Amino acid sequence: MAEKKVNTEELISIRHLRKSFGENKVLDDLNLTIHEGENVAIIGQSGIGKSVLIKCLVRLLEPNTGEIKIFNENVTQLSFEDLDKLRRRIGFLFQGGALYDSMTVRENLEFPLRRNIQGKTKEDIDELIYEALENVGLKGAINKLPNELSGGMKKRVALARTLILKPEIILYDEPTTGLDPITSKEISELIVKIQNQYNTTSIIITHDVTCVKIAANVIHVLRDGYISDSGTYEELVNKNDQWIQQFFT
Amino acid sequence: MKEGILFFIKDLKELTRFTNDLFRQMAKAPFEAREFFKQSYILGYNTLPLIAITAFILGLVITLQSRPVLVDFGAESLLPGMVSVSIVREIGPVVTALICAGKMGSGIGAELGSMKVTEQIDAMEVSGTNPMKYLVGSRVLATTFMLPILIFFADGIAFFGSFIAVNLHGSISPSLFLTDAFAPLHFFDVVPATIKTFFFGFAIGIISCYKGYKSEAGTESVGKAANSAVVMSSVAIFIIDLIAVQLQQTFGLIKF
Repeated sequence: MAEKKVNTEELISIRHLRKSFGENKVLDDLNLTIHEGENVAIIGQSGIGKSVLIKCLVRLLEPNTGEIKIFNENVTQLSFEDLDKLRRRIGFLFQGGALYDSMTVRENLEFPLRRNIQGKTKEDIDELIYEALENVGLKGAINKLPNELSGGMKKRVALARTLILKPEIILYDEPTTGLDPITSKEISELIVKIQNQYNTTSIIITHDVTCVKIAANVIHVLRDGYISDSGTYEELVNKNDQWIQQFFT
Repeated sequence: MKEGILFFIKDLKELTRFTNDLFRQMAKAPFEAREFFKQSYILGYNTLPLIAITAFILGLVITLQSRPVLVDFGAESLLPGMVSVSIVREIGPVVTALICAGKMGSGIGAELGSMKVTEQIDAMEVSGTNPMKYLVGSRVLATTFMLPILIFFADGIAFFGSFIAVNLHGSISPSLFLTDAFAPLHFFDVVPATIKTFFFGFAIGIISCYKGYKSEAGTESVGKAANSAVVMSSVAIFIIDLIAVQLQQTFGLIKF
């Protein structure tokens, strides 16, 4: 399990968050606080709204009501310009990697750099790309296209692309889904390594118990649209709740 | 039937909102000039061979089909002029725009659709790049400015096809052919026909981007996006053409 290097400072604060799609209430009065340096896992059934929650955090989805504060800024009330600035401080690892399939690995990593950091020389950019790829152990894949990569490699490259802007918060959407147990474990260990190396705060959306055990300091259980239970891995494993136990068996 | 009409109205409302949103966002920097030139090359230059083949055949066929009627009236010498007026005013712009709707529309619809389905557009958005400007704006501008150029090119190739067709049954020099072809063309044949091509290009770009950008989850929706981008763009081209003709008539730019 990831070692705790947690500060008491609130980095993300969610209050009374509600999100519906038509008649379907997905998030219903959800409250959650995440502190600086935490690796938080959110578990719950498929379709319960875990991904919706992290998409609301960066306003890829607009919440119906409620307050989301990140770095003390109310995300729901930010202008597009301010939202863009905030998003540069947050990395998002998508479930399928979401690599730009018309670009090589190098171009995928170059894209956010060129778009967000002005005045960098080609050498500076190359150095950052090599550093990010080295951290995910994929230096050799620099000139490959996404369709030449395996599922695990895609996740690593996507993680490198997320890391290249040195985000303070990383949102992982199902980082180990679709991977074999060995690669899943490697990705989970990579999440911990990144937390230590970049001093990030993370939210990990997952079903994978191994990933939760390796990478998370705190686990929150999403049930019926709100956080029903929270605790460490050991606390939840030993909790006398049959519904929760199903995740750990 | 009623549901179909309601869906169409809703789609049109969404498209209007999408267009407004694009205009609002494109008014602010950065203007994505590099991506605009890249898309102009991809969408414009790569369509040239297809346009060239179809325009050549078009010029050739129109001339061959029209010739017997004019021969019956002893007006064979009017053939280049008649063909040039039909190509410049109507057939060149509309046929080229329809071919572009097929090639560019399906390409844009499928590309943006698959980017949407695989969350690439979301990834772009969260990494501080506005996909409306970067993906949609650049493509809409590229189709808007490339279509008039492609249509000029297509008209030229169609003239060449017509010249070959005239020479299959007789003999005419290139200079005489061009003199005969340009003689009946007036300023008001060329200008309105050119102006409407910008609208054709804009319609293809915005509709295809809208269809791709609004794709729902699942690979099936990518195919649907590409398909409906082509269908809706093609219908839009005919509607714009109809409006253009009505306006020309209203302002007395067409002689009847």
